[in-house]
Amino acid sequence: MPSSETQIYKTTTWSPGPGCHGGCGVLAHVKDGKLVKIEGDPDHPMNQGRLCARALAMTQYIDHPDRLRSPMRRTGSRGEGKWEAISWEEAFDLIQEKMNKIREEYGPESMVFNVGTGRDIYAWICMLAYAYGSPNVMFGLTGQACYGPRLAAAITVQGDFAVFDAAQWFEDRYDHPGYKVPETMIIWGYNIHATCPDNLFGHWIIDLMKKGTKIICIDPRLSWFGSRAKHHLRLRPGTDSALVMGFLHVVINQGLYDDAFVKKWSNAVHLIRKDTGKLVRECDLVSDGSEKNFAAWDTRDSKPVIWDTTQVGFKDATAVDPAVSGEWEIKMANGQTVVCHTVWDAFCDRVNEYPLDKVETITGVPAKDIHDAAVMYAKSKPGAIHWGVAVDMTPALTPLVTGISALWAITGNLDVPGGNVFARFAFDVVPYALPGTKGAIRLKTEEQDKPRIGADRYMPLNKFYWRCQTDMTLDQIFTEDPYPIKGMWIQTAGIMQGLGMDPKKWRAALEKLDFIVAVDLFHTPTTQYADVVLPAGTFLEKDSFRSWWVPLQTINKVVEVEGCRPDVAINFELAKRFDPEFKFDTIQDLYDDILKPSGMTFKELQAKGWAYPPEGSSSCPYLRHEKGLLRPDKKPGFRTQTGLFELYATLREEWDLEPMPRHEEPPFTPVSRPDLAKDYPLILSTGRRSPAFFHTEHRQIPWLREIDPDPVVEIHPITAAENHISHGEWMWIENWMGRARYKAKVTPVVPEWMIMAPHGWWFPEKKAAEPDLYGMWDANINQLIPMGHQGKDGQGAPIKHSMCRIYKCEGGRS
Amino acid sequence: MSKKPQFGLLIDYEYCTGCHTCQVACAQENNWPAGMGGIRVQEIVQALPHDKHYLTYLPFPTELCILCRPRTKKGLDPACVKHCMAGCMTFGPIDELAEKIKEKPRMVLWVPR
Ligand code: SF4
Ligand code: SF4
Ligand code: SF4
Repeated sequence: MPSSETQIYKTTTWSPGPGCHGGCGVLAHVKDGKLVKIEGDPDHPMNQGRLCARALAMTQYIDHPDRLRSPMRRTGSRGEGKWEAISWEEAFDLIQEKMNKIREEYGPESMVFNVGTGRDIYAWICMLAYAYGSPNVMFGLTGQACYGPRLAAAITVQGDFAVFDAAQWFEDRYDHPGYKVPETMIIWGYNIHATCPDNLFGHWIIDLMKKGTKIICIDPRLSWFGSRAKHHLRLRPGTDSALVMGFLHVVINQGLYDDAFVKKWSNAVHLIRKDTGKLVRECDLVSDGSEKNFAAWDTRDSKPVIWDTTQVGFKDATAVDPAVSGEWEIKMANGQTVVCHTVWDAFCDRVNEYPLDKVETITGVPAKDIHDAAVMYAKSKPGAIHWGVAVDMTPALTPLVTGISALWAITGNLDVPGGNVFARFAFDVVPYALPGTKGAIRLKTEEQDKPRIGADRYMPLNKFYWRCQTDMTLDQIFTEDPYPIKGMWIQTAGIMQGLGMDPKKWRAALEKLDFIVAVDLFHTPTTQYADVVLPAGTFLEKDSFRSWWVPLQTINKVVEVEGCRPDVAINFELAKRFDPEFKFDTIQDLYDDILKPSGMTFKELQAKGWAYPPEGSSSCPYLRHEKGLLRPDKKPGFRTQTGLFELYATLREEWDLEPMPRHEEPPFTPVSRPDLAKDYPLILSTGRRSPAFFHTEHRQIPWLREIDPDPVVEIHPITAAENHISHGEWMWIENWMGRARYKAKVTPVVPEWMIMAPHGWWFPEKKAAEPDLYGMWDANINQLIPMGHQGKDGQGAPIKHSMCRIYKCEGGRS
Repeated sequence: MSKKPQFGLLIDYEYCTGCHTCQVACAQENNWPAGMGGIRVQEIVQALPHDKHYLTYLPFPTELCILCRPRTKKGLDPACVKHCMAGCMTFGPIDELAEKIKEKPRMVLWVPR
C-alpha cells in the first residue's frame, strides 16, 4: 500500500536506470508510491554512501514523460514511427503466435536473441531463448568485442578471470587484515571512473591513490588518470599488444620475474619440439600415451618426465626437478630424435622479438618510458593491472590479453593481496552459462547448441563464449546460409544507435526479418524497427539479485510504474508459454534454484541484504591455486587443462590459433593501410565514456543531458587549425564508409594524429520517423566502423582504431 | 547586508574526477531544474613544459548554493559532499576547514554566498 509518509527502502543498483553494471547500495525514498529521492547507502561496502550522477538522476528517469507505459504495436511500416497501444495480454498472444510460427516453419534457431551490455537481464534473455529452443543469443557488438573476449582469453591461460584488488571481497574492505594496497596500478585503456564498467566501482582506484597507489596509465588520451600518472604511455591505438611485449621484454631480460612461480605454477617447464614448434605430448613419447599429458626435462635423472594433467603433477615421480631452460635431444615413440627446448625458452624467444626500440617504432611510446614503467610495475610488491574495453576492441585480442595476463602472473601478482585477484561469482551462484561456469540457465541438450552460429568455425567461441558470432549472424540474415534467420528479440540492446557497427547494414537486416520484438523503457532508433515494443521497468521496479563477483545481494522492488513490467517478468511469462516443460512456477522458484549454492533462498538473502563469501571458499581470495580452491577436483593448481598458468596456451595449440602473446597490426591503421592513410590521415578512435551517459542511454534525462548536451569530438588545437575548425564548430568526420556530424572540442587531451568521437549519440527530442530516426544518421559514429572484421578467434574487432578525415560542416568537401 | 559566513566547502581538487555527482546531487536535493543548481564542475586543461598538460576538474559553488542548510541543521552532510564519488569535498566551520587546508596541497576553500 502506498504510504503518504516517506518510506526509505534499501536496494541495489543494476540496470535499467544508471545503466551500469551495478552493485551500489542505495536508499530509495518513496512517498505515495512514487520515488521522491535516491541516496547512496552509507552502510553498503561497495559504494560506502557515494553515488554517481546517473543513479542520482533516477527521479527524473522513473517518471519521465517519454517512458513507454504500455506495449505498442507498429501500425505503419518499419521506421515510420506509427504505433498503437495494446494490452499486455494482446502483446503476449501476438508474440507467441508469431514466434511459434517461426519455430514451426524454420526451427527455433531462426530466432536470434539480441542482448547488450552486462545486466541481470542477460540471464533472463538466455532463459527465454533456451525455453524457446534457440542457441542464438547474440551480443550485438562486432566481434562481441566487449568483456567476453577478454574473459575467454584470460580463462584460456589461467582458468579464471582476474581483476584488480580493492578489497572488494570483504565487508570491512580496506581495513581487512591481510589486504595490501597495490603500490602501483597500471590502468590499461580504461576510463573506469566515468561509468563503473565490469562490475567495478571506478572510484575505488581513487580510494587506492589516496592510500598511496601510484598510477601507470596506458591511453592515447590525456585522461584524468593520465594526468596523475607517474608514467603516461600514449600509444598509437591498436598497438597495445606490442606494448605488452615491451613490458615483458624488460621484466624478463632484467630478471624482474618471480622464478619460483614460473617454475612451479606455470607450464614454463613443458617441452616444445624445435622442429614443429609444438608441445611435446605424452603420445609423442610413448605410443599409448595421452595427448592431454605433457612432458618436462627432469634434471635429476636427465630424462623426460610426464606431466599428468589428471593428477596435476608429474607421473610416477616423487621428486622431479624440471628444467626451466635448456635444449635436449629426445627420442620420440616413432623412433625419431627431436631437439626440444622449454616453453619458457620459446616464450623468451618470442619476447625477444620485441626489443624496446622496435616497440617504440610500433607504439610511438618512447623506449625509456616503457622501460621505466615496466621496472616500476615489476618492482612493486604488489602491483595491479586493470584493463578496459580497449583490449577487446582489436581483432588480435587474445595474443594481447594473454600477454597482459602473463605479465601479472610472472611478476608474482596473481591472486595475491593488492594484485590481480581471481573474481568468481559470489558463493559460485551463476545464473547463466558463462566462460568457466555452467550456470543454472542453459540449453536443455547439447544437440540444441549445434546450430549456434559460429560455434563450429571458432573454437574459442565454441568453448568459452556461449553465444552466437555477431558478424556471421548479420551476414546470415542476408545469405540465409546454412539456415534462414526470421526473427529477432531485442532487449537491453540498441543495435541501431550504439551496439551495431555499420548501422545501415543492420537496418537492412532488420528490414528483412519477419518479426521483431524490442523491450525497452523508451522508444529508441532500434524500437522503431520492431513489430512489438514492450515497456520494461527500472531496477527500482523489480525483485532480482546479483552475484557478479561479490557480494551476493538482492535488488528489491520499491515502486511500481503503471503499465511497465520488469524484464524478468516479461521473459518469464513467455518462457512458460514457449516451453511446456518449463520447470519453474514462479520467479521466486527460479531465483531460489539459482541461489542454491549459497544455501539461502531469495527471501533469506533479501532479509540480509547482502552476503560475502567466507574465507576458505572458492569465491574469496587469496592464493586459491595453492590451497586447492580453484579446481573442481580440489587439487592445487589452476582451472586450465594443464592445471598450470599457461604461458603457452595448450588449447590454442589444439585449435591452431596463436598460443603465445604477440603483436598483430589491426586492419585499418596508417601502418596496415598506408593507401587509405593518404585520404584519411587521422586516426579515428571512439568510445570515450561520459559520466552523464551509459552508452546510448540518458540523452532524455535533463540533469544528465545538461552535463553533455552535444556529440563532441576531441581534436588537437594544431589539427583543428590545419583543418580550419574552431572550438564549438560543427564538423564532419568522414571515411570510406560514411560520415557523422560532431561539435569540435579543441583540446590538447588528444594527440595531433587522432580524434576521439564518443559513441551512442541520438536525440530523443528529434523526430522518430525516418529519415530522421531521432537524428541518429547525423551523429552515429558507428557509420564509419565496419562489421565483419572479427579476429581469428571470432572475437575482438577493430572498433577503437579506424581512419578518417575531417572538415567543417558548411563549404567543406562533401 | 549578508551575515558573516560561518561554513564552507573544502575541495581537494587533486582527486576531483569531474564525475558531476555533486551537480546532480544538488539538483535532486534542492529541486533545481536542469540549467540551475548550487554547483558547477569546471574542466581546466593546463599546458606544462615539455609539451605536457594537466587535467583538473574543479567544482564551483554558484549563487544558488545554500550549503544545504536544511540538511546540515540536522547534522547531515550537504548532498554534494555526501555523494561525492571521490570523497574530495568536506563541509564544516570555516576555521576548521582552514586548519585542514594546511594538510595537503591542491585544495581550495569555498565560502559560498
Ligand atoms: S555507475 Fe557506479 S556509482 Fe553509479 S550506480 Fe553504477 S556502480 Fe554505482
Ligand atoms: S552544499 Fe548543498 S546547496 Fe550547496 S552545492 Fe552542495 S548540494 Fe548544492
Ligand atoms: S562529486 Fe566530487 S569528484 Fe565528482 S565532480 Fe563533484 S567534486 Fe568532483
